[in-house]
Amino acid sequence: MLIDVHAHFYHDRTPRADWRERNASRLEAGRKIGITIHVASILGSFGRTSPTYFPSPPDLEYGNDALLALAHDHPDAVRGYVTVNPNYTAHACAEIARCLGAGMVGIKLAASRRATDALLDPICEVAAKRGVPVLHHVWQHRRHDWPGQEASDGAELCALAARHPKVRFILAHIGGGGDWQHSLAAIRGGPGGVPNVYIDLSGSGVDGGMLEACLDAAGPERLLFGTDLTIDTGWAKLRYLERLLPPRELELVMWRNAASIFPRGAFPAD
Amino acid sequence: MRVDVNAFVGAYPYRRLPGASVEGLLHAMERTGIDVAWVSHLPSVFWRDPMAGNAWLFQATASSPQLRPVPAVHPGLAGWERVLGEAADRGAPAVRCDPLYYGIDAAGPEMRVLAAACGAARRPLVVAVRLEDGRQRHVNDRVPELAAAAVRALIRSDEDVRLVITHADRGFVEEVHFGSTPEEAARLWWDVSWIWGPPEDQLETLLGTIGVDRFVFGTGQPLRIPESSVAKLDLLELPPGQRAAIESGNLAQGLAA
Repeated sequence: MLIDVHAHFYHDRTPRADWRERNASRLEAGRKIGITIHVASILGSFGRTSPTYFPSPPDLEYGNDALLALAHDHPDAVRGYVTVNPNYTAHACAEIARCLGAGMVGIKLAASRRATDALLDPICEVAAKRGVPVLHHVWQHRRHDWPGQEASDGAELCALAARHPKVRFILAHIGGGGDWQHSLAAIRGGPGGVPNVYIDLSGSGVDGGMLEACLDAAGPERLLFGTDLTIDTGWAKLRYLERLLPPRELELVMWRNAASIFPRGAFPAD
Repeated sequence: MRVDVNAFVGAYPYRRLPGASVEGLLHAMERTGIDVAWVSHLPSVFWRDPMAGNAWLFQATASSPQLRPVPAVHPGLAGWERVLGEAADRGAPAVRCDPLYYGIDAAGPEMRVLAAACGAARRPLVVAVRLEDGRQRHVNDRVPELAAAAVRALIRSDEDVRLVITHADRGFVEEVHFGSTPEEAARLWWDVSWIWGPPEDQLETLLGTIGVDRFVFGTGQPLRIPESSVAKLDLLELPPGQRAAIESGNLAQGLAA
Protein backbone atom coordinates (compact mmCIF):
# COMPACT_ATOMS: atom_id res chain seq x y z
CA MET A 1 0.00 0.00 0.00
CA LEU A 2 1.36 3.40 -1.00
CA ILE A 3 -0.62 6.62 -0.66
CA ASP A 4 0.52 9.73 -2.50
CA VAL A 5 -0.84 12.62 -0.44
CA HIS A 6 0.19 15.29 -2.94
CA ALA A 7 -0.83 14.73 -6.54
CA HIS A 8 -2.21 16.97 -9.26
CA PHE A 9 -4.26 16.36 -12.34
CA TYR A 10 -5.24 18.67 -15.20
CA HIS A 11 -8.35 19.30 -17.26
CA ASP A 12 -9.36 20.80 -20.58
CA ARG A 13 -9.44 24.38 -19.30
CA THR A 14 -5.85 24.45 -18.02
CA PRO A 15 -2.97 25.84 -20.10
CA ARG A 16 -1.65 22.37 -20.82
CA ALA A 17 -2.61 21.10 -24.22
CA ASP A 18 -1.25 17.72 -23.15
CA TRP A 19 -3.49 17.48 -20.09
CA ARG A 20 -4.84 14.06 -21.04
CA GLU A 21 -1.35 12.68 -21.58
CA ARG A 22 -0.13 14.09 -18.28
CA ASN A 23 -3.07 12.62 -16.36
CA ALA A 24 -2.50 9.26 -18.02
CA SER A 25 1.24 9.53 -17.40
CA ARG A 26 0.65 10.13 -13.69
CA LEU A 27 -1.56 7.10 -13.38
CA GLU A 28 0.89 4.98 -15.38
CA ALA A 29 3.94 6.15 -13.40
CA GLY A 30 1.97 5.57 -10.22
CA ARG A 31 1.25 2.00 -11.28
CA LYS A 32 4.92 1.43 -11.99
CA ILE A 33 6.07 2.51 -8.56
CA GLY A 34 3.15 1.00 -6.69
CA ILE A 35 1.02 4.00 -5.75
CA THR A 36 -2.29 2.66 -4.55
CA ILE A 37 -4.10 5.96 -4.17
CA HIS A 38 -3.32 9.42 -5.59
CA VAL A 39 -4.82 12.05 -3.28
CA ALA A 40 -4.98 14.93 -5.70
CA SER A 41 -6.04 18.51 -6.15
CA ILE A 42 -6.66 20.77 -9.12
CA LEU A 43 -5.90 24.43 -8.57
CA GLY A 44 -8.72 25.98 -10.60
CA SER A 45 -7.58 26.57 -14.16
CA PHE A 46 -3.86 26.48 -13.25
CA GLY A 47 -3.51 30.04 -14.47
CA ARG A 48 -5.49 29.97 -17.69
CA THR A 49 -8.48 32.06 -16.62
CA SER A 50 -7.45 32.99 -13.06
CA PRO A 51 -4.09 32.76 -11.29
CA THR A 52 -3.01 29.33 -10.07
CA TYR A 53 -2.69 30.53 -6.51
CA PHE A 54 -5.62 32.95 -6.62
CA PRO A 55 -8.23 30.84 -8.40
CA SER A 56 -11.65 32.34 -9.04
CA PRO A 57 -14.79 30.66 -7.70
CA PRO A 58 -15.92 29.48 -11.16
CA ASP A 59 -12.48 28.04 -11.87
CA LEU A 60 -12.42 26.32 -8.49
CA GLU A 61 -15.76 24.70 -9.18
CA TYR A 62 -14.66 23.57 -12.63
CA GLY A 63 -11.41 22.13 -11.30
CA ASN A 64 -13.08 20.41 -8.37
CA ASP A 65 -15.70 18.95 -10.70
CA ALA A 66 -12.98 17.68 -13.01
CA LEU A 67 -11.29 15.99 -10.08
CA LEU A 68 -14.57 14.45 -8.91
CA ALA A 69 -14.99 13.07 -12.41
CA LEU A 70 -11.48 11.59 -12.33
CA ALA A 71 -12.16 10.00 -8.95
CA HIS A 72 -15.38 8.62 -10.36
CA ASP A 73 -13.55 7.19 -13.36
CA HIS A 74 -10.74 5.76 -11.21
CA PRO A 75 -12.39 4.82 -7.91
CA ASP A 76 -9.57 2.43 -7.12
CA ALA A 77 -6.81 5.02 -7.62
CA VAL A 78 -7.89 8.65 -7.16
CA ARG A 79 -9.18 10.65 -4.19
CA GLY A 80 -9.62 14.39 -4.01
CA TYR A 81 -8.88 17.45 -1.97
CA VAL A 82 -11.41 20.21 -2.47
CA THR A 83 -9.48 23.33 -3.42
CA VAL A 84 -10.82 26.65 -2.13
CA ASN A 85 -9.88 30.31 -2.05
CA PRO A 86 -10.29 31.68 1.51
CA ASN A 87 -10.96 35.20 0.18
CA TYR A 88 -14.42 33.96 -0.82
CA THR A 89 -15.47 32.61 2.55
CA ALA A 90 -19.03 31.68 1.79
CA HIS A 91 -18.07 30.06 -1.50
CA ALA A 92 -15.22 28.18 0.13
CA CYS A 93 -17.41 26.74 2.86
CA ALA A 94 -20.14 25.80 0.39
CA GLU A 95 -17.61 24.21 -1.98
CA ILE A 96 -16.12 22.19 0.85
CA ALA A 97 -19.56 20.92 1.82
CA ARG A 98 -20.41 20.10 -1.77
CA CYS A 99 -17.19 18.27 -2.60
CA LEU A 100 -16.82 16.39 0.68
CA GLY A 101 -20.41 15.32 0.20
CA ALA A 102 -19.44 14.03 -3.23
CA GLY A 103 -16.62 11.94 -1.81
CA MET A 104 -13.57 14.14 -1.48
CA VAL A 105 -11.42 13.45 1.55
CA GLY A 106 -9.49 16.64 2.35
CA ILE A 107 -9.12 20.37 1.80
CA LYS A 108 -6.42 22.03 -0.28
CA LEU A 109 -5.29 25.55 0.53
CA ALA A 110 -2.79 26.96 -1.91
CA ALA A 111 -1.52 30.52 -1.48
CA SER A 112 -4.50 32.83 -1.80
CA ARG A 113 -4.26 34.14 1.75
CA ARG A 114 -1.48 33.95 4.34
CA ALA A 115 -1.85 31.07 6.80
CA THR A 116 -1.76 33.51 9.70
CA ASP A 117 -4.83 35.36 8.40
CA ALA A 118 -8.14 35.06 10.22
CA LEU A 119 -9.90 34.30 6.95
CA LEU A 120 -8.52 30.78 7.15
CA ASP A 121 -10.26 30.14 10.44
CA PRO A 122 -13.76 29.37 9.07
CA ILE A 123 -12.22 26.82 6.72
CA CYS A 124 -10.23 25.19 9.49
CA GLU A 125 -13.35 25.07 11.66
CA VAL A 126 -15.11 23.15 8.89
CA ALA A 127 -12.09 20.84 8.61
CA ALA A 128 -12.26 20.14 12.34
CA LYS A 129 -15.97 19.50 12.21
CA ARG A 130 -15.73 17.19 9.19
CA GLY A 131 -12.55 15.45 10.38
CA VAL A 132 -10.58 16.04 7.19
CA PRO A 133 -6.95 17.15 6.84
CA VAL A 134 -5.82 20.40 5.26
CA LEU A 135 -3.01 20.22 2.70
CA HIS A 136 -1.42 23.67 2.75
CA HIS A 137 0.97 24.92 0.04
CA VAL A 138 4.17 26.09 1.72
CA TRP A 139 7.13 28.10 0.53
CA GLN A 140 9.93 26.80 2.72
CA HIS A 141 11.18 29.98 4.38
CA ARG A 142 9.45 32.87 2.73
CA ARG A 143 11.80 35.77 3.22
CA HIS A 144 9.63 38.10 1.17
CA ASP A 145 6.52 38.08 -0.98
CA TRP A 146 6.84 36.15 -4.22
CA PRO A 147 4.91 37.19 -7.29
CA GLY A 148 1.81 35.21 -8.11
CA GLN A 149 1.12 33.93 -4.65
CA GLU A 150 0.50 34.97 -1.07
CA ALA A 151 2.63 32.13 0.14
CA SER A 152 3.04 30.96 3.70
CA ASP A 153 6.07 29.32 5.17
CA GLY A 154 6.37 26.59 7.72
CA ALA A 155 6.35 28.93 10.67
CA GLU A 156 3.18 30.59 9.43
CA LEU A 157 1.48 27.25 8.90
CA CYS A 158 2.51 26.17 12.38
CA ALA A 159 0.88 29.31 13.77
CA LEU A 160 -2.35 28.31 12.03
CA ALA A 161 -2.00 24.77 13.33
CA ALA A 162 -1.56 26.03 16.86
CA ARG A 163 -4.84 27.96 16.54
CA HIS A 164 -6.61 24.83 15.33
CA PRO A 165 -5.16 21.94 17.33
CA LYS A 166 -7.93 19.54 16.29
CA VAL A 167 -7.13 19.88 12.60
CA ARG A 168 -4.42 17.77 10.94
CA PHE A 169 -2.35 19.96 8.62
CA ILE A 170 -0.09 18.67 5.88
CA LEU A 171 2.89 20.92 5.22
CA ALA A 172 3.21 20.65 1.47
CA HIS A 173 6.25 19.56 -0.51
CA ILE A 174 9.20 19.80 1.84
CA GLY A 175 11.28 19.21 -1.30
CA GLY A 176 9.41 21.80 -3.31
CA GLY A 177 11.91 24.59 -3.08
CA GLY A 178 13.03 26.91 -0.36
CA ASP A 179 14.88 26.41 2.88
CA TRP A 180 13.36 23.22 4.25
CA GLN A 181 15.46 23.47 7.38
CA HIS A 182 13.48 26.58 8.31
CA SER A 183 10.23 24.61 8.07
CA LEU A 184 11.63 21.71 10.05
CA ALA A 185 12.73 24.05 12.82
CA ALA A 186 9.21 25.46 12.97
CA ILE A 187 7.69 21.98 13.20
CA ARG A 188 10.09 20.94 15.90
CA GLY A 189 9.22 24.16 17.72
CA GLY A 190 9.46 24.44 21.48
CA PRO A 191 8.43 21.84 24.04
CA GLY A 192 5.93 19.52 22.42
CA GLY A 193 6.42 21.07 19.01
CA VAL A 194 3.41 21.36 16.73
CA PRO A 195 2.02 17.82 16.79
CA ASN A 196 -0.80 18.38 14.31
CA VAL A 197 1.48 19.27 11.39
CA TYR A 198 2.60 16.43 9.10
CA ILE A 199 5.36 16.70 6.52
CA ASP A 200 4.62 15.80 2.93
CA LEU A 201 7.88 14.59 1.35
CA SER A 202 6.95 15.61 -2.18
CA GLY A 203 8.66 18.05 -4.51
CA SER A 204 11.40 17.91 -7.09
CA GLY A 205 14.06 18.55 -4.45
CA VAL A 206 16.08 15.47 -3.51
CA ASP A 207 18.66 17.09 -1.30
CA GLY A 208 21.10 14.86 0.50
CA GLY A 209 20.36 15.04 4.21
CA MET A 210 16.79 16.27 3.82
CA LEU A 211 15.13 12.98 4.69
CA GLU A 212 17.36 12.46 7.71
CA ALA A 213 16.49 15.99 8.86
CA CYS A 214 12.75 15.32 8.41
CA LEU A 215 13.02 12.21 10.53
CA ASP A 216 14.95 14.10 13.14
CA ALA A 217 12.38 16.91 13.26
CA ALA A 218 9.15 14.95 13.19
CA GLY A 219 9.91 11.26 13.44
CA PRO A 220 8.48 8.67 11.04
CA GLU A 221 5.06 9.12 12.64
CA ARG A 222 4.55 12.48 10.96
CA LEU A 223 6.03 11.93 7.52
CA LEU A 224 3.80 11.33 4.50
CA PHE A 225 4.81 10.00 1.10
CA GLY A 226 3.99 12.41 -1.71
CA THR A 227 5.11 13.34 -5.20
CA ASP A 228 3.61 16.65 -6.43
CA LEU A 229 4.65 17.20 -10.06
CA THR A 230 7.53 14.73 -10.12
CA ILE A 231 6.91 11.08 -9.37
CA ASP A 232 10.52 10.22 -10.17
CA THR A 233 11.76 12.21 -7.18
CA GLY A 234 9.07 10.71 -4.96
CA TRP A 235 10.21 7.26 -5.95
CA ALA A 236 13.82 8.22 -5.29
CA LYS A 237 12.97 9.33 -1.76
CA LEU A 238 11.02 6.15 -1.16
CA ARG A 239 13.96 4.07 -2.31
CA TYR A 240 16.25 6.03 -0.02
CA LEU A 241 13.90 5.56 2.94
CA GLU A 242 13.77 1.82 2.28
CA ARG A 243 17.44 1.76 3.30
CA LEU A 244 17.00 4.19 6.16
CA LEU A 245 13.96 2.86 7.99
CA PRO A 246 12.92 -0.52 9.37
CA PRO A 247 9.85 -1.96 7.61
CA ARG A 248 7.42 -0.94 10.34
CA GLU A 249 8.46 2.71 10.15
CA LEU A 250 8.58 2.67 6.38
CA GLU A 251 4.95 1.54 6.36
CA LEU A 252 4.06 4.56 8.44
CA VAL A 253 5.47 6.87 5.80
CA MET A 254 4.10 4.91 2.86
CA TRP A 255 0.48 4.80 4.03
CA ARG A 256 -0.30 4.22 7.67
CA ASN A 257 0.19 7.85 8.70
CA ALA A 258 -2.00 8.99 5.82
CA ALA A 259 -4.67 6.49 6.70
CA SER A 260 -4.68 7.83 10.24
CA ILE A 261 -5.31 11.48 9.29
CA PHE A 262 -7.84 11.09 6.47
CA PRO A 263 -11.42 10.14 7.25
CA ARG A 264 -12.06 6.50 7.98
CA GLY A 265 -12.98 4.69 4.82
CA ALA A 266 -11.04 7.04 2.55
CA PHE A 267 -8.69 4.25 1.49
CA PRO A 268 -9.15 0.57 0.68
CA ALA A 269 -7.40 -0.65 3.83
CA ASP A 270 -9.63 1.33 6.18
CA MET B 1 27.81 -0.33 -16.51
CA ARG B 2 26.58 2.88 -14.89
CA VAL B 3 28.91 5.88 -14.69
CA ASP B 4 28.04 8.95 -12.64
CA VAL B 5 29.77 12.01 -14.14
CA ASN B 6 28.55 14.32 -11.39
CA ALA B 7 29.68 13.29 -7.93
CA PHE B 8 31.49 15.05 -5.11
CA VAL B 9 33.30 14.25 -1.92
CA GLY B 10 33.85 16.55 1.01
CA ALA B 11 31.87 18.97 3.12
CA TYR B 12 29.48 21.61 1.85
CA PRO B 13 29.71 24.99 3.56
CA TYR B 14 26.00 25.78 3.68
CA ARG B 15 24.42 22.75 5.30
CA ARG B 16 25.16 19.42 6.93
CA LEU B 17 25.67 16.79 4.29
CA PRO B 18 25.53 13.08 5.19
CA GLY B 19 27.57 10.69 3.10
CA ALA B 20 30.10 13.26 1.94
CA SER B 21 33.13 11.10 2.68
CA VAL B 22 34.81 8.76 0.21
CA GLU B 23 33.34 5.85 2.15
CA GLY B 24 29.93 7.47 2.03
CA LEU B 25 30.16 7.91 -1.71
CA LEU B 26 31.23 4.32 -2.24
CA HIS B 27 28.34 3.16 -0.07
CA ALA B 28 25.86 5.25 -2.07
CA MET B 29 27.28 3.92 -5.33
CA GLU B 30 26.87 0.36 -4.16
CA ARG B 31 23.33 1.15 -2.99
CA THR B 32 22.29 2.56 -6.35
CA GLY B 33 24.23 0.33 -8.71
CA ILE B 34 26.71 2.96 -9.84
CA ASP B 35 29.88 1.29 -11.02
CA VAL B 36 32.09 4.32 -11.60
CA ALA B 37 31.89 7.94 -10.46
CA TRP B 38 33.65 11.01 -11.73
CA VAL B 39 34.45 12.74 -8.47
CA SER B 40 35.25 16.34 -7.63
CA HIS B 41 36.33 17.88 -4.34
CA LEU B 42 33.37 19.87 -3.06
CA PRO B 43 35.01 22.08 -0.42
CA SER B 44 37.52 23.55 -2.84
CA VAL B 45 34.79 24.87 -5.13
CA PHE B 46 34.60 27.63 -2.53
CA TRP B 47 38.32 28.11 -1.96
CA ARG B 48 40.31 30.99 -3.35
CA ASP B 49 42.56 28.41 -4.96
CA PRO B 50 40.32 25.47 -5.81
CA MET B 51 43.31 23.65 -7.29
CA ALA B 52 44.64 23.23 -3.75
CA GLY B 53 42.08 20.47 -3.26
CA ASN B 54 43.35 18.39 -6.15
CA ALA B 55 46.15 16.66 -4.26
CA TRP B 56 43.68 15.47 -1.64
CA LEU B 57 41.30 14.36 -4.38
CA PHE B 58 43.96 12.33 -6.18
CA GLN B 59 45.03 10.71 -2.94
CA ALA B 60 41.48 10.00 -1.76
CA THR B 61 40.50 8.33 -5.01
CA ALA B 62 43.76 6.50 -5.65
CA SER B 63 42.83 3.35 -3.77
CA SER B 64 39.31 3.09 -5.23
CA PRO B 65 39.38 2.20 -8.92
CA GLN B 66 35.68 2.96 -9.23
CA LEU B 67 36.37 6.62 -8.38
CA ARG B 68 37.80 8.74 -11.17
CA PRO B 69 39.16 12.12 -10.04
CA VAL B 70 37.99 15.25 -11.81
CA PRO B 71 40.40 17.93 -10.63
CA ALA B 72 39.57 21.62 -10.52
CA VAL B 73 41.19 24.21 -12.78
CA HIS B 74 41.14 27.93 -12.06
CA PRO B 75 42.30 29.62 -15.27
CA GLY B 76 42.79 32.91 -13.48
CA LEU B 77 45.57 31.56 -11.26
CA ALA B 78 49.15 31.04 -12.34
CA GLY B 79 50.15 27.45 -12.93
CA TRP B 80 46.74 26.19 -13.91
CA GLU B 81 48.15 24.59 -17.04
CA ARG B 82 49.97 22.06 -14.86
CA VAL B 83 46.62 20.63 -13.74
CA LEU B 84 45.82 19.55 -17.26
CA GLY B 85 49.10 17.67 -17.47
CA GLU B 86 48.59 16.15 -14.06
CA ALA B 87 45.06 15.16 -14.98
CA ALA B 88 46.44 13.19 -17.91
CA ASP B 89 49.15 11.63 -15.76
CA ARG B 90 46.64 10.61 -13.10
CA GLY B 91 44.11 9.22 -15.53
CA ALA B 92 41.48 11.82 -14.80
CA PRO B 93 38.63 11.54 -17.30
CA ALA B 94 38.01 15.31 -17.28
CA VAL B 95 38.73 18.53 -15.44
CA ARG B 96 36.17 20.88 -13.92
CA CYS B 97 35.83 24.61 -13.57
CA ASP B 98 33.24 26.57 -11.58
CA PRO B 99 33.96 30.06 -12.90
CA LEU B 100 31.21 31.91 -11.10
CA TYR B 101 32.27 30.45 -7.78
CA TYR B 102 35.81 31.56 -8.59
CA GLY B 103 34.62 35.04 -9.40
CA ILE B 104 35.58 35.04 -13.07
CA ASP B 105 33.52 35.64 -16.18
CA ALA B 106 32.07 32.31 -17.30
CA ALA B 107 32.62 33.22 -20.94
CA GLY B 108 35.51 35.63 -20.49
CA PRO B 109 39.05 35.43 -21.82
CA GLU B 110 40.36 33.18 -19.05
CA MET B 111 37.63 30.62 -19.67
CA ARG B 112 38.19 30.75 -23.40
CA VAL B 113 41.88 30.04 -22.90
CA LEU B 114 40.97 27.13 -20.64
CA ALA B 115 38.49 25.82 -23.19
CA ALA B 116 41.16 25.90 -25.87
CA ALA B 117 43.67 24.19 -23.61
CA CYS B 118 41.20 21.45 -22.76
CA GLY B 119 40.49 21.02 -26.44
CA ALA B 120 44.18 20.72 -27.23
CA ALA B 121 44.72 18.31 -24.35
CA ARG B 122 41.73 16.19 -25.43
CA ARG B 123 40.37 16.58 -21.93
CA PRO B 124 36.61 17.26 -21.46
CA LEU B 125 35.69 20.22 -19.28
CA VAL B 126 32.93 19.78 -16.68
CA VAL B 127 30.91 22.88 -15.78
CA ALA B 128 27.90 23.02 -13.44
CA VAL B 129 24.91 25.27 -14.02
CA ARG B 130 24.18 25.30 -10.29
CA LEU B 131 24.81 23.19 -7.22
CA GLU B 132 21.54 23.77 -5.36
CA ASP B 133 18.01 24.91 -6.13
CA GLY B 134 18.17 28.69 -6.24
CA ARG B 135 15.13 28.98 -3.99
CA GLN B 136 16.79 27.31 -1.06
CA ARG B 137 20.32 28.57 -1.11
CA HIS B 138 21.90 29.99 2.01
CA VAL B 139 21.33 33.70 2.42
CA ASN B 140 25.05 34.32 1.88
CA ASP B 141 25.32 31.97 -1.11
CA ARG B 142 24.84 34.55 -3.83
CA VAL B 143 26.86 33.15 -6.71
CA PRO B 144 24.84 33.47 -9.91
CA GLU B 145 23.80 30.41 -11.86
CA LEU B 146 25.65 29.71 -15.09
CA ALA B 147 23.97 31.36 -18.07
CA ALA B 148 23.14 29.40 -21.19
CA ALA B 149 24.84 32.15 -23.18
CA ALA B 150 28.12 31.33 -21.48
CA VAL B 151 27.93 27.70 -22.59
CA ARG B 152 27.15 28.76 -26.15
CA ALA B 153 30.12 31.10 -26.07
CA LEU B 154 32.47 28.45 -24.70
CA ILE B 155 31.52 25.78 -27.20
CA ARG B 156 32.03 28.30 -30.01
CA SER B 157 35.36 29.49 -28.63
CA ASP B 158 37.34 26.43 -29.64
CA GLU B 159 36.56 23.79 -32.21
CA ASP B 160 38.06 20.99 -30.15
CA VAL B 161 36.63 21.72 -26.72
CA ARG B 162 34.16 19.20 -25.32
CA LEU B 163 31.89 20.26 -22.48
CA VAL B 164 30.00 18.19 -19.94
CA ILE B 165 27.32 20.43 -18.45
CA THR B 166 25.78 19.26 -15.19
CA HIS B 167 22.63 20.38 -13.32
CA ALA B 168 20.95 21.90 -16.39
CA ASP B 169 17.18 21.85 -16.75
CA ARG B 170 15.18 21.32 -19.91
CA GLY B 171 14.99 24.97 -20.92
CA PHE B 172 18.72 25.44 -20.52
CA VAL B 173 19.54 22.35 -22.57
CA GLU B 174 17.20 23.36 -25.37
CA GLU B 175 18.45 26.94 -25.46
CA VAL B 176 22.06 25.89 -25.84
CA HIS B 177 21.47 22.93 -28.14
CA PHE B 178 19.26 24.75 -30.62
CA GLY B 179 21.39 27.86 -30.27
CA SER B 180 24.42 25.94 -31.50
CA THR B 181 25.38 24.48 -34.84
CA PRO B 182 25.11 20.70 -35.15
CA GLU B 183 28.89 20.51 -35.02
CA GLU B 184 29.00 22.56 -31.82
CA ALA B 185 26.11 20.65 -30.24
CA ALA B 186 27.92 17.39 -30.96
CA ARG B 187 30.65 18.48 -28.53
CA LEU B 188 28.19 19.01 -25.65
CA TRP B 189 27.00 16.40 -23.18
CA TRP B 190 24.31 16.94 -20.56
CA ASP B 191 23.86 15.06 -17.34
CA VAL B 192 20.30 14.04 -16.49
CA SER B 193 20.34 15.04 -12.83
CA TRP B 194 18.24 18.23 -13.09
CA ILE B 195 15.82 17.20 -15.83
CA TRP B 196 12.34 16.18 -14.75
CA GLY B 197 11.18 12.67 -15.49
CA PRO B 198 7.69 11.13 -15.46
CA PRO B 199 4.91 12.02 -15.16
CA GLU B 200 6.34 15.15 -16.79
CA ASP B 201 7.78 14.49 -20.23
CA GLN B 202 10.82 16.75 -20.05
CA LEU B 203 13.54 14.11 -20.20
CA GLU B 204 11.56 11.98 -22.63
CA THR B 205 11.09 15.01 -24.89
CA LEU B 206 14.76 15.93 -24.82
CA LEU B 207 15.83 12.39 -25.64
CA GLY B 208 13.58 12.61 -28.67
CA THR B 209 14.34 16.13 -29.84
CA ILE B 210 18.02 16.44 -29.00
CA GLY B 211 19.03 12.83 -29.08
CA VAL B 212 19.98 10.11 -26.65
CA ASP B 213 23.62 10.47 -27.62
CA ARG B 214 23.88 13.88 -25.97
CA PHE B 215 23.00 12.71 -22.46
CA VAL B 216 25.04 11.10 -19.74
CA PHE B 217 24.17 9.78 -16.32
CA GLY B 218 24.85 12.12 -13.41
CA THR B 219 23.50 12.56 -9.92
CA GLY B 220 25.01 15.52 -8.10
CA GLN B 221 25.54 13.30 -5.07
CA PRO B 222 25.85 13.77 -2.16
CA LEU B 223 24.16 17.17 -2.55
CA ARG B 224 21.30 15.19 -4.09
CA ILE B 225 20.39 11.58 -3.43
CA PRO B 226 21.55 9.49 -6.39
CA GLU B 227 18.33 7.46 -6.36
CA SER B 228 16.69 10.34 -8.24
CA SER B 229 18.62 9.92 -11.48
CA VAL B 230 18.19 6.16 -11.39
CA ALA B 231 14.46 6.46 -10.74
CA LYS B 232 13.79 8.78 -13.67
CA LEU B 233 15.50 6.38 -16.07
CA ASP B 234 13.68 3.41 -14.55
CA LEU B 235 10.34 5.18 -15.04
CA LEU B 236 11.09 5.96 -18.68
CA GLU B 237 11.61 2.29 -19.50
CA LEU B 238 13.99 3.07 -22.34
CA PRO B 239 15.14 0.40 -24.78
CA PRO B 240 18.23 -1.28 -23.32
CA GLY B 241 20.53 0.24 -25.93
CA GLN B 242 19.41 3.79 -25.13
CA ARG B 243 19.68 3.21 -21.41
CA ALA B 244 23.18 1.81 -21.82
CA ALA B 245 24.17 4.75 -24.00
CA ILE B 246 23.16 7.25 -21.32
CA GLU B 247 24.66 5.29 -18.48
CA SER B 248 28.04 4.67 -20.09
CA GLY B 249 28.07 4.27 -23.85
CA ASN B 250 28.02 7.94 -24.73
CA LEU B 251 30.98 8.51 -22.45
CA ALA B 252 32.95 5.74 -24.05
CA GLN B 253 32.19 6.91 -27.56
CA GLY B 254 32.39 10.65 -27.26
CA LEU B 255 34.17 11.61 -24.11
CA ALA B 256 37.09 9.26 -23.79
CA ALA B 257 40.03 11.40 -22.81
